[in-house]
Amino acid sequence: MTGQSMTTVEMQSQSAASTSPLLSVRDLNVRIPTPSGELHAVRGVNFDLGRGEVLGLVGESGSGKSVTLRALLRLHRSPIQTTGEVNYDNQNLLTLPESRLRSVRGGQISMIFQEPMTALNPVLTVGEQILENLREHRGLRGKAASERAAELLDLTGIPSPRARLSDYPHQFSGGMRQRAMIAIALASEPKLLLADEPTTALDVTIQDQILRLLLRLRDELHMSVVLVTHDLGVVAQTCDRVAVMYGGRLMETADVNEVFAHPKHAYTHGLLGSLPDASAHRLPLRPIPGGPPDLRRLPQGCAFAPRCAYVTDACRGAEPPLMTVAPAHASACIHYDRLPELNAAPEAPL
Amino acid sequence: MSAQAETRKLEAQRQEVQGLEAQAPDTLLEVRGLTKTFPVRQGVISRWRGQPGRAVQALTDVNLTVRRGETLGIVGESGCGKSTLARTLVRLYEADSGTVKYDTLDVLALKGEALRGYNRRVQMIFQDPFSSLNPRMTVGQVLREALTVHKMRPAEQIPERVTELLSLVGLPPEAAGRLPHEFSGGQRQRIGIARALALEPECLIADELVSALDVSVQAQVVNLLLELQERLHLTVLFVAHDLRLVRHLSHRVAVMYLGRMVEVASTEATFATPRHPYTQGLLAAAPSLDPSHRTAAPAIQGELPSPLNVPSGCAFRTRCPHAFDRCAAKRPLLRDTGEGHLVACHLYDPASILPQAGAERAAADQTVPESRA
Amino acid sequence: MTATLPVQTVTAPAARRRTIKPTLVIGLLLLLLLVLAALFPRLFTPFSPTDFDYTAILKGPTAKHPFGTDNFGRDVLSRVIHGTRIDLQIAVLTTAFPFVFGTLLGAVTAFRGRWADAVVGRIADLVVVFPFLVLVIAIVAVLGPGLTNMYIAVSAVGWVSYWRLTRGEVLAQKRAEYAQAAQVLGYSPARVLLRHILPNAVTPAIVYLMTDMSLGILLGASLGYLGLGAQPPAPEWGVMVADGKNFMVTAWWISTFPGLALTLAGVTFSLIGDGLADALRPRA
Repeated sequence: MTGQSMTTVEMQSQSAASTSPLLSVRDLNVRIPTPSGELHAVRGVNFDLGRGEVLGLVGESGSGKSVTLRALLRLHRSPIQTTGEVNYDNQNLLTLPESRLRSVRGGQISMIFQEPMTALNPVLTVGEQILENLREHRGLRGKAASERAAELLDLTGIPSPRARLSDYPHQFSGGMRQRAMIAIALASEPKLLLADEPTTALDVTIQDQILRLLLRLRDELHMSVVLVTHDLGVVAQTCDRVAVMYGGRLMETADVNEVFAHPKHAYTHGLLGSLPDASAHRLPLRPIPGGPPDLRRLPQGCAFAPRCAYVTDACRGAEPPLMTVAPAHASACIHYDRLPELNAAPEAPL
Repeated sequence: MSAQAETRKLEAQRQEVQGLEAQAPDTLLEVRGLTKTFPVRQGVISRWRGQPGRAVQALTDVNLTVRRGETLGIVGESGCGKSTLARTLVRLYEADSGTVKYDTLDVLALKGEALRGYNRRVQMIFQDPFSSLNPRMTVGQVLREALTVHKMRPAEQIPERVTELLSLVGLPPEAAGRLPHEFSGGQRQRIGIARALALEPECLIADELVSALDVSVQAQVVNLLLELQERLHLTVLFVAHDLRLVRHLSHRVAVMYLGRMVEVASTEATFATPRHPYTQGLLAAAPSLDPSHRTAAPAIQGELPSPLNVPSGCAFRTRCPHAFDRCAAKRPLLRDTGEGHLVACHLYDPASILPQAGAERAAADQTVPESRA
Repeated sequence: MTATLPVQTVTAPAARRRTIKPTLVIGLLLLLLLVLAALFPRLFTPFSPTDFDYTAILKGPTAKHPFGTDNFGRDVLSRVIHGTRIDLQIAVLTTAFPFVFGTLLGAVTAFRGRWADAVVGRIADLVVVFPFLVLVIAIVAVLGPGLTNMYIAVSAVGWVSYWRLTRGEVLAQKRAEYAQAAQVLGYSPARVLLRHILPNAVTPAIVYLMTDMSLGILLGASLGYLGLGAQPPAPEWGVMVADGKNFMVTAWWISTFPGLALTLAGVTFSLIGDGLADALRPRA
């Protein structure tokens, strides 16, 4: 059912470093029962994450990117079913007993969210929330813990950190709250940070600050990051590698420069092509027709086929597997070689 | 300078800008000195203590000119006042002071039938495709109501006109019998556009038209707007925070910060040679689609001040790398720095005594590399 | 239509139909039964509610008198059936004015706001300070016993809940973009309020109306029990329960069956209210 044909060797040769990957996801599936049918939100996702690498998980609404992220830490509860392998440190997180998983969650793998106001506990001070993490995952208490907490706030760029420890989340501005959330997440010195649209709700100038902060922290702490976003600009500015999701599947994975210069999936190509180009002032854009798919009623074959300009009958048969099409570049598009160069002259008006 | 002299100077400035604009082609909308504050409810105790009431300074002395047929992009971050400006222009909010002249109408003084007439000429499209349509009215009912209340067509022609409006925005006639929840986000925005167009306006104010839509759908709606503008000779005020989109659509761009208009210029000038330090920072902060151009340091440091507590003088001075003493003392006014490029910054005021380093840095920052945005 | 814009397809109507909750169906059927009993009591029973039959006093349930007879020999079943009209009337008349007045007032004060809202708010606070039943009884005591005065008393007090509910909803809907759009479209405030906001704000009031109806019946019964509501020989269920209280041990059927009727009416309105809440919610 997966149709992913890459072998383990191929996948390993794709990871950024030659050392073994930090995270290895195989055949991840998430099924959500709804009154109107089963929603197969994540369908056979495979990817590797290298150490110190920032992987961008890009997609629009309904692509399954946030569901995938949460599935990595087994955050979905029954009746939602998560199957597959999420291999971290030679353990499959999806089959680990709950007690062991808890030491990984928030400990070695931390997560930050889009809305800091709802992700932070409004009735606890920021200091208390950091201390909680320090206590749980670092065994720090008392003075040592408070010191470390202040250090963390300072690390994330919050001025007057010592004083701010006793402030509540609502006393912070949007950007500061996000920094506080990052501080809490970093308290356990995680090796992997999962970020679910961390800057979507922030203003552009603040987003810029937070993204630079994340990159700096990645460098200083040698941490890996999986960044879920729908903003291609954020991806271009932050990520080392990109995984593009559509209709619950991975459509393309590649190095970030490659994806933006030579996309090898019709969807990625269409997406990049639909963005305003500085040179074509007030000319019609080239949109992708139609809308995101209904995950309860997916068509046969490639999920993108109904909207694709390059579709053929072959696309509507079996679902195309994710295949290596160039060094460190995989695509699930059987017509990857027919895609024209980006920014070619626009075709006749749609 | 004394308060009187300050007022005289303000007036002189306004006249200067006005004079320049008067030479410009066919001005459709002229905003002068528009100010709007939202008082925050004061508790009984704080009032008893004599504490002054707090207010959100949403708009402070905003000046703007819109030419007939152009697309003016209005950009800014939270608290900049762009949405408040849009809503004040359609009289959803009542301004505290200032004037808005639309054609020959004094917009802020309009009442009753005259106001309704103005509504026919200037319409608004809202951001949220989910709450901007009445969930209990079918599309047909929404359009029929607009056509009937404003007597746009005689009764027997209304069904035909409804179909016409729907096809104008790319929706089939069957859409008329459906309720909003049966449509996707992009389709709902189209319905919102059809509703606005039912009144056959001259000017459309689009408040974050596509921000709530998926990227692949945004381009569809943008194309629709472009086509309609050309077909129906519309003037468009495009309020948005997506700089790429604004650059694509606008003839001119107005940048706002904490309720003030800080820069107004042609799109090309704004993006190639931004003059206000905030605009420079904003453009640098917007993530570019070129992965090979990455900076380590953020474009602008510091937090956005709360509109409850706007810094004295220039609102941007707390984050501005070139701030000097005059910036805290006086609020800079919009002045023409050449070819209609308006900037509200003391760095460009010949009366300022600039510290040498500041002037050099300002000059250096003006040119922005090609690959931006 | 130019060729540049492909016409969008819209989802088929099959998606629109929605299943009605069974509770609503059952509630409506029961209501139908009650209404029939109220309109055509003769269909259900041959006896008159006021016929005395001295030969059959305090007789238990038999084939001839399925609900037994009371201390005057009156057939309890007939009295219960005939009482349906009275109690349904009570349900409607204790809620009609509060609903209409309270809802409209809530809509107007929330929409126009400021001092109207503040003044009405203070009056509402004043009313709410007193326990509902105490206030109603006090007013009835002043005006004199009887159903009409009970209606007046309840109306003077009961509008507050509807005012609060509708006011809250209207305040919220006022800020919704479709209401702002209606304003920008140049519609009169009356149209914006009545055609756009109110239909979207009235659901909580309607649902509450159902609960209120069953509470109204109970109130009528309570007042009847106290002798302040319906007056004998009217076969109002509360009065019947009161009349039978002295015979609870010897002739339980006199109080019990009217009591069951009260329960049935209460359940009916609750079921309808529950189902309505679901049915009236707009599809999102």
